[in-house]
Amino acid sequence: MSFNIAVCIKPVPDPQHYDKITIHPVTKTITREGIPTIINPVDKNALEAALQVREKFGGKVTVITMAPPNAQENLREALAMGADEAVLLSDRAFAGADTLATSYTLAQGLKKTGKFDLVFTGTESADGATSQVPAQLAEWLDMAHLWNVREFTVNDSGEINAKIKIENGSIEYLVKMPALLAVSRDINKPRYTSIMGVMKAKKKPLSVYGSPDIELNPSLIGLTGSPTQPGAIYTPSLGRKGQVVEGTPEEVAARLIPRIRAAGIVL
Amino acid sequence: MDVRDWKGVWVIAEQMEGRLNSVSFELLGKARELKARLKTDEPVTAVLLGENIAGLDLQLARYGAEKVILADHPALKIFQNDAYALVLEEILAQNKPSIVLMGATAIGSDLAPAVGAKLKTGVAAHCVDLRIDDNGDLVSVVPAFGGKVLGDILCPGHRPQFATLKPGVLGKPAILENPVFTTVCHDPAKALAKDPGRVKALGVYREELTGVPLEEAEVVVAGGWGIGSAENWELIKELAALLGGAVGCTRPAVDECWAEGEHQMIGTSGKTVRPKVYIGAGISGATHHLCGMKDSGLVISINKDKEAPVFECSDLAVVGDARSILSQLIEEIKKIRA
Repeated sequence: MSFNIAVCIKPVPDPQHYDKITIHPVTKTITREGIPTIINPVDKNALEAALQVREKFGGKVTVITMAPPNAQENLREALAMGADEAVLLSDRAFAGADTLATSYTLAQGLKKTGKFDLVFTGTESADGATSQVPAQLAEWLDMAHLWNVREFTVNDSGEINAKIKIENGSIEYLVKMPALLAVSRDINKPRYTSIMGVMKAKKKPLSVYGSPDIELNPSLIGLTGSPTQPGAIYTPSLGRKGQVVEGTPEEVAARLIPRIRAAGIVL
Repeated sequence: MDVRDWKGVWVIAEQMEGRLNSVSFELLGKARELKARLKTDEPVTAVLLGENIAGLDLQLARYGAEKVILADHPALKIFQNDAYALVLEEILAQNKPSIVLMGATAIGSDLAPAVGAKLKTGVAAHCVDLRIDDNGDLVSVVPAFGGKVLGDILCPGHRPQFATLKPGVLGKPAILENPVFTTVCHDPAKALAKDPGRVKALGVYREELTGVPLEEAEVVVAGGWGIGSAENWELIKELAALLGGAVGCTRPAVDECWAEGEHQMIGTSGKTVRPKVYIGAGISGATHHLCGMKDSGLVISINKDKEAPVFECSDLAVVGDARSILSQLIEEIKKIRA
């Protein structure tokens, strides 16, 4: 038994630097200068999950993204981690896509690439964090899906036994392939890339498809295919007038306790 | 699509083993507010799926549902996305609500986009606020880049206008003592017949929580990287326990295994809290954490760095060593109790 596996990744601005993101005062667009683009962190957990399935059962792992052309770098990193092939869907016509249009484009890209038994994604991207692409991608592909998977096994008949994390607990499922699993970051620890991996990655196939290369309904892609439209962007107001409290621990405690009481807490 | 055919504000309520998720109540409060803005006569409607849920309509009505639609069926006992999405697709397509609100819970994060895709409409995820614009369209305010940026999302040409909200983002509304409401049962059999049977729910496992749930605690004592050690973390736990509160944390405290796990994490990728008192120690104040606690009552922050960004979001900015200040607070409170 071997499986044809796809992993969807998203290049995102490195979340370690989100406090540097600003809104340009004139153009009202997001300024992310100097912030490196990395593979969305939880997507590496998705890739790790795929690699582990391939190592156990055999098969092929294809990593795919819809992104600007420079995402080839991120795909090379995924190849260096151990993916066999990479696909970049890149076209100006894809720009401005919301989650429905993005998931449609990804679905059509996957259909062009092969017939997959398993599709892995992360639960959400660090930048937009909608968590909607996994379920919508599965809807377009008409396959079973689970979100927030924290553990799973594949049994001998090719069924997946998986647990998803919910608030204060989990739900266990038995799922038939083909299936899409959106994994959480506590499912595994993604492997590091080795020098050997980086060398090998250079020779692995990386295909770039634009909109003419894929069977697409133009009314379902990019801005046109997006039911949601972005409006104004702004910075949240978090401001409070901070009153500075300094002194010995005794002095500080003596000032805090009456305030805690005044806020309605019975001591 | 003529968007004028779609009317009213609906809430997809969520229950697990017969217990309603409190986010449903928060959403009903918001639905009442949106209905008032829209000046519509359409009843605020709650939809609930499950098995043996007949008794839950009154609870939904007490938080503002004027109409409750129940889909009660053994196949809906445990959340299973194919079955749930098919039933909701049918109910929404038949009734044409203009706005549909759902909790951005683990279930909602899977179900809302699936139903949105079935109905080919837009879903605004993890909204922090909702309002109605001059055209009567829903404006959903969504965070991006860990809450550093907020953006308005509109869905002008498609219906329903879907939005998910995280538990705790909205306050709980006042309870209505003698609500007037109607209950309708929707037979889901026809929709369920379309379920391809590829996903089977085997069981629900509850994690027994120790102490007060973080989202419901009146006091939250949170710690971050600056706490420095597992030994110092005990002070966070002790103070929280003394105040009858809950422990919260930031990502580094989870990674260091000081905190119990991600369920204690506060922020855009964790929980949203609004306790009467929030005490944060050793937390520098990254935006994604601040977004999860900014609506707290009194915010006390303890940090040895006078320039820590967390102080911009604090009522009381305590400059000092977290360990000694927490120890002193614990001692003083014990003295008061003695």
